[in-house]
Amino acid sequence: MLLITCPHCGPRDESEFSCGGEAHIARPLAENNLTDAEFADYLFLRDNPKGLFLERWRHAAGCRRWFNMARDTVTHEIVEIYPMGSGPASQAGKAAHAASWRRDTAAEAAAKPAPKARAKKEQVS
Amino acid sequence: MTKSVMTRAGLFTRAAPQQLSRSAGGGRIDRSKPVSFTFDGCSYRGYEGDTLASALLANNVHLVGRSFKYHRPRGILAAGSEEPNALVRVGRGARAEPNLRATQVELHEGLYAESQNRFPSLKFDVGAINSALQSFFPAGFYYKTFMWPASMWMTYEHVIRHAAGLGRVADEHDDPDRYERIHAHCDVLVAGGGVAGLMAALQAARSGARVILADEQNEFGGWLLGEADVTIDGDTPAGWIAGVVAELAAIDDVTLLPRTTVFGYMDHNYLTLTERVTDHMASPPAHLPRQRLWKVRATQTILAQGAHERPLVFSGNDLPGVMLAGAVRTYINRYGVVPGNRTVVFTNNDDAYRTALALDSAGAHVLVVDLRRDLRGELVKSVRAAGIEVLSGHAVTIASGTQHLARVQIAPVNEGGSTVLDDPFHMDCDLLAMSGGLSPAVHLHSQARGKLGWDDRLLCFKPTTVHEASFNAGAGNGVFDTEKAIADGLKAGGAAAKAAGLTVSDTEAPAIEAPNQSWRPLAAWKIGNGYGPGQGPKAFVDFQNDVTASDVGLAAREGYQSVEHLKRYTTLGMATDQGKTSNINGLAILADALGREIPEVGTTTFRMPYTPASIGAIAGRDIGTLFDPTRLTRMDEWHRANGATFEHVGQWMRAWYYPKDGETMQDAVNREVLAARTTAGILDASTLGKIDIRGPDAAEFLNRLYTNSWLKLGIGKCRYGLMLKDDGMVMDDGVTTRLGENHFHMTTTTGGAAGVLDWMEEWLQTEWPDLKVYLTSVTEEWSVATLSGPNAAKILQAAGIDISLDTADFPFMSMREAHIAGLPVRVFRISFTGELSYEINIRARHGLALWTHLMAAGEAFGLTPYGTEAMHVLRAEKGFIIVGQETDGSVTPQDLGMDWIVSKVKPDFIGKRALERASMAMEDRKQLVGLRTRDRRRVIPEGAHAVLDPNEEMPMTMLGQVTSSYYSPNIGGSIAMAMLKGGRALMGGTVYLPMLDGDVIEAEVVEPMFFDPKGERING
Repeated sequence: MLLITCPHCGPRDESEFSCGGEAHIARPLAENNLTDAEFADYLFLRDNPKGLFLERWRHAAGCRRWFNMARDTVTHEIVEIYPMGSGPASQAGKAAHAASWRRDTAAEAAAKPAPKARAKKEQVS
Repeated sequence: MTKSVMTRAGLFTRAAPQQLSRSAGGGRIDRSKPVSFTFDGCSYRGYEGDTLASALLANNVHLVGRSFKYHRPRGILAAGSEEPNALVRVGRGARAEPNLRATQVELHEGLYAESQNRFPSLKFDVGAINSALQSFFPAGFYYKTFMWPASMWMTYEHVIRHAAGLGRVADEHDDPDRYERIHAHCDVLVAGGGVAGLMAALQAARSGARVILADEQNEFGGWLLGEADVTIDGDTPAGWIAGVVAELAAIDDVTLLPRTTVFGYMDHNYLTLTERVTDHMASPPAHLPRQRLWKVRATQTILAQGAHERPLVFSGNDLPGVMLAGAVRTYINRYGVVPGNRTVVFTNNDDAYRTALALDSAGAHVLVVDLRRDLRGELVKSVRAAGIEVLSGHAVTIASGTQHLARVQIAPVNEGGSTVLDDPFHMDCDLLAMSGGLSPAVHLHSQARGKLGWDDRLLCFKPTTVHEASFNAGAGNGVFDTEKAIADGLKAGGAAAKAAGLTVSDTEAPAIEAPNQSWRPLAAWKIGNGYGPGQGPKAFVDFQNDVTASDVGLAAREGYQSVEHLKRYTTLGMATDQGKTSNINGLAILADALGREIPEVGTTTFRMPYTPASIGAIAGRDIGTLFDPTRLTRMDEWHRANGATFEHVGQWMRAWYYPKDGETMQDAVNREVLAARTTAGILDASTLGKIDIRGPDAAEFLNRLYTNSWLKLGIGKCRYGLMLKDDGMVMDDGVTTRLGENHFHMTTTTGGAAGVLDWMEEWLQTEWPDLKVYLTSVTEEWSVATLSGPNAAKILQAAGIDISLDTADFPFMSMREAHIAGLPVRVFRISFTGELSYEINIRARHGLALWTHLMAAGEAFGLTPYGTEAMHVLRAEKGFIIVGQETDGSVTPQDLGMDWIVSKVKPDFIGKRALERASMAMEDRKQLVGLRTRDRRRVIPEGAHAVLDPNEEMPMTMLGQVTSSYYSPNIGGSIAMAMLKGGRALMGGTVYLPMLDGDVIEAEVVEPMFFDPKGERING
């Protein structure tokens, strides 16, 4: 039974929370074309690492707010808890984020409004 | 003598025999308070302060159970929770509880206990034939014997379950007792209240820590309560303990929990404890629960669980009358019971000498048989000085007797005890006190993923590093000496207090006087018996699971080299005692068989619970009606008064149908369904999920959430929406209404309400935090009555509604605010029946008033209440789906033939990209169709599978399943919906539905629309 510090309510038993699985899976924007295989990276593939894992959690039986958590799946150590929409602040969290295979996927790239940026670049050159 | 007394006790079932083995004085029992109790139908007497085990021993009852596999007679081995043999069933009727250790059952007046695992009686057990057939029951014999033929497994299983197994649960299953759960927090939780635990708790408490001290026994003190040769600060152990307990009890922040077992150690210092609140009472007061489950979150823990003495592994070591030496001493000193007169102490270490002295003081004849050759030290001298004969370099090679130890065979042996060096001699005796050294009880430490290391000197595994915020102390930490254990407890208490952020108190350790002894045992794991390897009488390693030394050897020879494999193959260390007395002996014998060192072989993982915890305590009060909330609508009272039958929909109780006198369910449903299409029906739809959506981005949010368009929906207009998961599969549906520019009212399915709200929150919080949208669950705020049928408008008028119901003024799929009987209502013109229909929402508290008012207004029109079954039939006649009935999480809008609701122009919505996947367009996906049976009276069972060729050999090629199927009185025949592979291409064709009884139902594939296909009835 983990002791999880909800950013809004303080330390509470794990039974008050629900785990939302892997964090930082950016949703591809509809304006970007992806192949089915590329889209599957977003839709179906989830990590299950041994070691530090960046996860989404929700204080389901409390304030119902979502947050991110960096948890070691072996030791169950909670390295940090940080808000939705932001990245991990700890060294270990940053390293886990950077090391994810997902960073290089077309699905993640497609979560950004790429064409405009590309257009700008082309203008400059 | 022992045997004759036992026989007499068995014959005179009413008489209470004298306590022949009770000493003249001493012990912590209260001799002024005699207690009578019953064991296997025979009455006995004991004293308050006895355990069932000590009282049985006082009455010379040693035989208390039959073993698991061989049904061998078994006696009391230990004096604590490590007892593997003396498992009894305590209590009667619904209160009977199996598998309790007699060594932990406190005696009280009228206690009723039975032995287990014997048939027909304890002294004559037919299962004991297994013992004679021992060569047929080697390690893993289940796996070897019952492997084939596979079809016989059910038969085997039945016999095995009867023959094996441990105790029987209560005959009646309605537990009359009450159980409680309690959550607690503390700075320091101390598990174990022996010397080390007491000292640790004292030090932590003096340092200002909030302390919980739990011990499984009825009083604190642990092994010290059974020692007569120790003084602490000049006081007796009991006197010192009383002082410490009194000081702790006086501190507000200390919670003392005797009779409480810390049985589980989970992540982040979360521990579970069972407190046996009233089990020791003859007549418990009504206000107390029987047991309490404590859920403790501790900042720091101190594990002071103590140690378990190991048996020696020699032939016949499981006979009643063979006991652990430390336990014998406890029975003498703590309980005033001398469990034998002609006694042999068999040991590989110093500690058993204290038992020899205790037996001698109690007047028993004692012979000490020591495996060690070179005997030194004060204890040995004391024993010899007392005139007790000591045989060094000898072993008890075989113990024998029928139902009790009668004689032992003693012989000189080699250094490790494995080889008999010379001819044995025999000696008659009635008690053998054995000691194979101590094993720290590292169960909690191990549960908490602490690491263990092998101590070459003490021959045991002890804690090395911890994983949680935890300290080990005392014997559980491998510190067996009383003086050192107290110092260790003091140290741990201070360290825990410091780690919890407190200033450590300046406490001095008390002065100890105790026998000067060595705690180093001789490594002698398997005692030879003069026969060849694996031959001669059985030598047990695990008493509870009947695992012998030869079984371990056999497993090693058969290739089970990993200790985890050995455990599963032989069952060593399993069952209720989790190998407390057997683990180290088993490991050592395996290591020897494999020619490896013990630490190389390693240990198995200790699992929770430390000792079995009752399910009652775990369930607490979450049983019966309190297991899950039951939700009732405000009209529930009316439904009950009018004879409704109910069905569970999630937590809700919904009126299912309203049978009139003599009506079957089908009669009632037919009547309700017909009324809704011929005049009007009324349905309690209050349970529909309702979510209030507000904010400047509410419309944009709905536009992304639903498959169709929402931006241009006019105020006061309703729209049906289908919600997908991002994989394109249907997850919910419902009608949402725009109440204002930035305000919507969403309805969801009854069962999906909470999930849909969570789903919407998830997207708002995690994916689109830029959208300003606020969600509130309003399911419970509104009562809803749905009027449906050609006379619905007339009834509303009769009810005095204050708005025009003309279709021009109040068209289909719109909402009006109005008043009925002076009460404000929201009326939604939406329809789940295809009839003219009004969903009238009213503030929840007025629900019953609205309902009864409408019933009165509708009486002249024959307004008929209908339940959920009629609702299902009515919607199925129209081919409306129910999410979760037609869909199962693998169904797209296209599969349902609902492509019309999926926007082709919206840039995005949840599930859009997934629907464009190539696989979504495959023609053999299951698609929604209607089925029309050839035999119009025949209703297909829901869940039936359809095939194209009923004569195909099994397994047949299945097309899919029937999702909804009813008799429709409006059509005058059976209707059904089904999800069939390539269903739409089958339109007009025939499918077959083979039944279990060989019958085949034939049906035509039709459009899933059986009634009013043009929708002409929607305006009445």
